[in-house]
Amino acid sequence: MSTTIKGYVHSIETLGAVDGPGLRFVVFLQGCPLRCKFCHNPDTWRFDGGEEYTVEEMVRKILRYRTYIASGGVTISGGEPLRQAQFVLSLTKALHEEGIHVAIDTSGIYNEGTALTAAMEADLLLLDIKSFDREKAEKLTGFTTDHAWALLEERQKKNKPVWIRHVMVPGITLADKKEDGSEISSLEEWESANSEMVDGMRRLNNYSCIERVDLLPFHKMGEFKYEELHFPYELKDTKEPTDEVVEWAENALKKYFLR
Amino acid sequence: MFVPGKWSEDICVRDFINKNYTPYDGDESFLAGPTSATTDLWNKILELRKKEKENGGVLDIDEHTISTITSHAPGYIDKEKEKIVGLQTDAPLKRAIMPFGGIRMVRSSLEAYAREMDPEVERVFQYRKTHNDGVFDAYTPEMQRARHCGILTGLPDAYGRGRIIGDYRRIPLYGTAFLIAQKRKAKDQILPDVMDVETIQQREEISEQVKSLYELTKMAQSYGFDISRAARNFTEAVQWLYFGYLGVVKEQNGAAMSLGRVSTFLDIYAEEELKNGTMTESEIQEVVDHFIMKLRIVRFLRTPAYDELFSGDPTWITESIGGIGLDGRHMVTKMSYRFLHTLENIGSAPEPNMTILWSPNLPENFKKYCAKISINTSSIQYESDELMREKFGDDYAIACCVSAMRVGKQMQFFGARANLAKALLYSINGGRDEKTGDQVGPVRNPITSEYLDYDEVMARFDETCAWLSKLYINTLNVIHYMHDKYCYERLEMALHDEKIDRTMACGLSGLSVIADSLSAIKYAKVKPIRNEMGLAVDFEITGDYPQYGNDIPKVDRIAAEVVRKFMKHLSKHKCYRNARPTQSILTITSNVVYGKKTGSTPDGRKAGEPFAPGANPMHGRDRSGAVASMRSVANLQYDYSEDGISYTFSILPSTLGKTEEEQKVNLYNLLDGYFNDGGHHINVNVILRKTLLDAMDHPENYPQLTIRVSGYAVNFTTLTHEQQMEVVRRTVHSKF
Repeated sequence: MSTTIKGYVHSIETLGAVDGPGLRFVVFLQGCPLRCKFCHNPDTWRFDGGEEYTVEEMVRKILRYRTYIASGGVTISGGEPLRQAQFVLSLTKALHEEGIHVAIDTSGIYNEGTALTAAMEADLLLLDIKSFDREKAEKLTGFTTDHAWALLEERQKKNKPVWIRHVMVPGITLADKKEDGSEISSLEEWESANSEMVDGMRRLNNYSCIERVDLLPFHKMGEFKYEELHFPYELKDTKEPTDEVVEWAENALKKYFLR
Repeated sequence: MFVPGKWSEDICVRDFINKNYTPYDGDESFLAGPTSATTDLWNKILELRKKEKENGGVLDIDEHTISTITSHAPGYIDKEKEKIVGLQTDAPLKRAIMPFGGIRMVRSSLEAYAREMDPEVERVFQYRKTHNDGVFDAYTPEMQRARHCGILTGLPDAYGRGRIIGDYRRIPLYGTAFLIAQKRKAKDQILPDVMDVETIQQREEISEQVKSLYELTKMAQSYGFDISRAARNFTEAVQWLYFGYLGVVKEQNGAAMSLGRVSTFLDIYAEEELKNGTMTESEIQEVVDHFIMKLRIVRFLRTPAYDELFSGDPTWITESIGGIGLDGRHMVTKMSYRFLHTLENIGSAPEPNMTILWSPNLPENFKKYCAKISINTSSIQYESDELMREKFGDDYAIACCVSAMRVGKQMQFFGARANLAKALLYSINGGRDEKTGDQVGPVRNPITSEYLDYDEVMARFDETCAWLSKLYINTLNVIHYMHDKYCYERLEMALHDEKIDRTMACGLSGLSVIADSLSAIKYAKVKPIRNEMGLAVDFEITGDYPQYGNDIPKVDRIAAEVVRKFMKHLSKHKCYRNARPTQSILTITSNVVYGKKTGSTPDGRKAGEPFAPGANPMHGRDRSGAVASMRSVANLQYDYSEDGISYTFSILPSTLGKTEEEQKVNLYNLLDGYFNDGGHHINVNVILRKTLLDAMDHPENYPQLTIRVSGYAVNFTTLTHEQQMEVVRRTVHSKF
C-alpha cells in the first residue's frame, strides 16, 4: 500500500472528544454526496478544494499528538470520508502499524469495493442512520438508508464494533409534540408519538455489534455557514428540541436498546 | 506525637512534612458536606457581598486608621459560629488604608469612593515618605517616558509589589517565641569587620522582622490566642497559620498575596486528630471551610485605574496543592481534597487561587476529582510539577499566577511586564511611539521600505530589545530599592530564612502578536501604511502566513526565539541585591489595556484591539483545535521563562465528552498530554458561552460565577464590560 496516495482534507480538529472513545485527532475529509438538511458542515460538501495531504504527511502530523490520543485515537470524518476510500484505507492501515485506534465516521453511502475494505479495516465504525423511515431519509438527505443498513450487516457478520448516530430533528425524525399539536407530558406519550424511533431502537437492538447509540439533538450552530455559502437553509423555522424531549428519547433508548 | 528530625532543632518545615505526611490514594467519598454553621456564615457573607456590589464595589472603608498588624480591634462575622477567627479590620469587608506603598493611591481610592482623607493621616505623610515618592525621586526622564506611553506597564511603583510568600506554616509548627529567638540568633551572627550597605540593611531588616513577630503575637492575643507557642491540635494549627497570613494582609496591600503550600502540612495535624478520635471528618471540614471563607473576604482598597488592569478584586491567595516529593511519593493528602471540596461546600469562587501541581504520576482518583471540580466550577488552575520540581525541589509554591519559589527560602521582585508588541513597532518607527509620536527609544532612522523585510525588522527588533531590557531592569532596580526602603514586608520576611535567593521577575506581553507579526513579515507581504509624521500606523497584508496556535513549527519557532532572545538580553544587566533576572509570559486581565495602548500591528490586529492573554494564540486564529494550540504554547521553553508561561483554555462541557465520566477522563488525559509535552500552566474553563452572555445581562443571577483568566480566577460579574466581551470573544473550543 502506497503512502503517497493523496487525500483532500477540509479541516483538522486536534481535540475530538465526542467522535469515538477517548481523546481523538479528527480528520475531516472534503466532499459529500448527501445533502442532509440539518448538516452543520455544509462547507464540506463540495468535492473540489480541501488541503492536500499524502498518507505519510498525515501520519506524521498525527504522531505529533501521540501522547494526547494514547487512550483514544484517530477519527476519520467528513464530508463523507469513504468517498476518498483509497486514502482512508491506506491511512487506517498506516495508523494501525503505529498501534493507533481508528474510527471512521460515515453515512455508509459507499459500501462496496475499496470503501467496504476501508470500512471493515476500522476498529470502530461511527455509522449515521439518518432516519428510521426509509422514505423520510430520502427527503432529508437525498438518499434512503439502505446502504447504511447494508454496511451494518457487514460489520455484524465480522462482529466488528459500531456506534450508531442519529440526529433528532423536530418535526422530521423526532416528534416533539403530539399529533394534535399539544405538548408531550410523559414517556408513554413520547413513545406513542415516536413509534418510528422506538421501532428503530428495537431493530438496532438486534445487532450485537452495536456498542452504543448516540442520539444527537438537532442544533442550529451551523446556520451561519449556509448564509456564508449562499445555500438555502430549509430548517430555519425548526426549533432545537427541548431538554425534556431529549431526555425522554434517552429513556426510551435505555428501555429498548439493551446494552 | 510527630516523627522528629532536623525540623525539631532548626526551622525546616519541609523536613517535618516529609517525615510525617500520609499520602492518600483513595477517592472523594470520605468528604463531608457543609455544617449548618458553615452555611449560615456563608449566607451572611453572600449578603454582605451583595451589599458591597450594590455599593459600587466597596462596602465600607476605615479611612482614619493606618493599617498595621495591630491597628484594628478584633472583628467577627458571627463570633459564636466561627471556628477560625480574624479579620483585616473590625468588620467583614471593611477596607483599610495602607499608605506606605503610596499615599497618592490611598488619596485617589478614597476620592473614587467619595470619602475624604483624614487630616491626621495627611499630616503623618507630610513627614513620612512613601515607596511611590521614593521611586519618582529617582526615576530618570527616560523611565518616565517608557512608563507613560506604556512600553513598560503595571509597574509596582505606586502600590505594594506583593508576590512574596511568607512561610505561614512556621507559626503553628514553632510558635512565634521560637521564631523570634532564631531571628535574634541570626542577627547576632551578622557582625562583620566592615559595616557595608548590605550588612547594615540586613541587620535593620531582621530587627523589623522581630518587631513584626511581636506585633503578630499581640494581634493574636487580642483574639484570645497565644501563638508564641506551637499549635497543639488541628484547629489551632489552622488558626495560627491564618493569623500569620492575616498579619500580612493587614500590613501589605501587595498585588498578589499568596498563601503558599499549606494543605498537606495541615493534613498532618488532621490525621493526628482522626487517629486519636478527637475530631470527626465533618468537624475537620468545617474548620477548613471557615478558613477558606476568611480567605475569600480579604479586601484591599484600590483605585479604579488599578481595577482596569487587574479586575475583579483579585488578591491571588494562591494555594499550591499536590505535586510529587523528591522521594517519589506523591504529596496528595486528604487535605488536598478538603481544600478543593470547599468549592462544592460553599460554591465556586476565585479565591483562594487553587493551583494543582500536576504530574502524570498523581493518583488517578485525585486527577479525576480535579477534573470534576474543573468541570463544575472552572475555579482551579494547573501547573507542571515535572518542570518546577526540577528547579525548585518539592517545597515550592506559586505566587500570584505562575511564579514558583521555594517557600521561605526564595522571593521575587515583581516586575510586571514589557510590551514587546510595542517594541516591535518602535523598531519600525525609529524609536518613536506609534500613538503619540514621542521619541521614547533611542533615535534611529525608521524603516522606509515599501514592504517590510524580515531580516531588517529582526535586526532592528533585537536592538530595541537590547535597549528596552536595560531600561526595564534599571527601572525595576529603582522600584525595589525604594520598596525595601519605605514599604518593607517585615512579617513576610520574618517567615523566611535569612539567606534569600532573589529573582528579578520581568515579564513580556504581546507574544502572539509578535509571533504572528514576524511570521506575516516573513511568509506573506506586509506593507506599512504611514501617517503624515511618517509613523507606520497600519499594515496591509498580502497572502497567508502561518499563525501561532496551530502547531506549525515555522511560526512556533519564531515565538520561542523571541522569548529566548529577550531573556538573554535581560540576563546581561545587573540587578538590585544581586537578584537573578527571570521572566514570565503572563498578562492577567491587562491584555485588554495593553491592546488599547498599542497601535495596529503587522499581524493584522487593529489599533486598540486586545492582545491575547498570556501566551495564548490570538483570538480565533487557533483553528486546528485546542490540542494544536496547547502544543504551540508548550513549545515555549520554560528554561527561558522560569517565572511562568500562562495559557488559558476554555471549552464547552459538551465538547469534552458526552457523559460526566467521559468528560472527567478526557480532561485529565488532556492535561497529561499537555504537561507531557512540556506545558507549564493551564487555566481550565468549562463553560457555556450562553451562560456568560446571560451573566452579562443578569449579573444578579450569577453571584458566584467564576472563570479563569490568565493565571487567576475572577468572579465574572465583577469584570468591566470590555473585559467581559473579551472573555466571550476568546476562543471557546468547540467544533461541531
